Amino acid sequence: MTKITYILFFLLGMLSLQAQDTLAKPSESFEKVPYDAYVPEPEMADLFRSQGKIYVVIAVLTITFLCLIGYLIYIDIRLRKLENRK
Amino acid sequence: MIKWWKILSVLIILYTLVWGLLNPVPKLAILHESIRNVYFHVPIWFAMLFQMGYSVVFAVKHLYKNDMRSDLISDQAAQTGLFLSIPGLLTGCMWAKFTWGTWWTFEDPKLNGVAIAVLIYLAYFILRSSITDELKRARISAVYNIFAFVMMFVFIMILPRLTDSLHPGNGNNPAFGKYDLDNSMRTVFYPAVIGWVLLSLWILDVKKRLATLKYNSEND
Repeated sequence: MTKITYILFFLLGMLSLQAQDTLAKPSESFEKVPYDAYVPEPEMADLFRSQGKIYVVIAVLTITFLCLIGYLIYIDIRLRKLENRK
Repeated sequence: MIKWWKILSVLIILYTLVWGLLNPVPKLAILHESIRNVYFHVPIWFAMLFQMGYSVVFAVKHLYKNDMRSDLISDQAAQTGLFLSIPGLLTGCMWAKFTWGTWWTFEDPKLNGVAIAVLIYLAYFILRSSITDELKRARISAVYNIFAFVMMFVFIMILPRLTDSLHPGNGNNPAFGKYDLDNSMRTVFYPAVIGWVLLSLWILDVKKRLATLKYNSEND
């Protein structure tokens, strides 16, 4: 169990590293889809991303997912105890 | 201790949750940021197809070996697959509402195919519950399972490709793999498929063990 906790903390630590990387280089390595000069560019969440609020969404998603997984782990362990009783 | 591949599935999906929202994606009209749904909607359906494939393999194994264990696994895998079709359908509805403008359309052969496939599998469980004799139930449902899998494959993977469809890769639409799924998206999409398949295997593992316990306690 502690192993898992360490791995999860390590992973959470990784997030901030990757996040900073994208902040430094905003998607310039990707060529844009050619549009006519009169056609406005598709609206993307660039501004949203630059303000950093996308991290809130990521945090919420991560918490939700980890809660579900925690529950699954709990069920798994309970089941193992039940199996070992025999 | 929790098995390594279960932890791997969690790590992979966590990676897709984070990098899937941050990585640069092609800027396409109509789709906009919703193109990121590819990382979640499609892998869930792949996991569903995987579970159904798993189910049919054990159905064949049961017909071959006549063991009740294979029948149990086949049943549980089909249940897991059917369960996965719920988030698949719901996320599909959501995505359709904001890109095609409707929750559900009968114009799209893939949606019709999925609806039929889900009904076919619902019939599988009704068939199972209607036969009380254990061996008979296992045998008949194994045969029906093969039929169901083939029909699902035809309805979801083949027919939509032959007619006009709103889904990418079907009808006259380009597949995501051809134009839209660029290399940046691949770095999330492929791991996401593996992650969700592994997670579905975890759910199947728990269900399998629970069903085994129940089966043993009933037959002691």
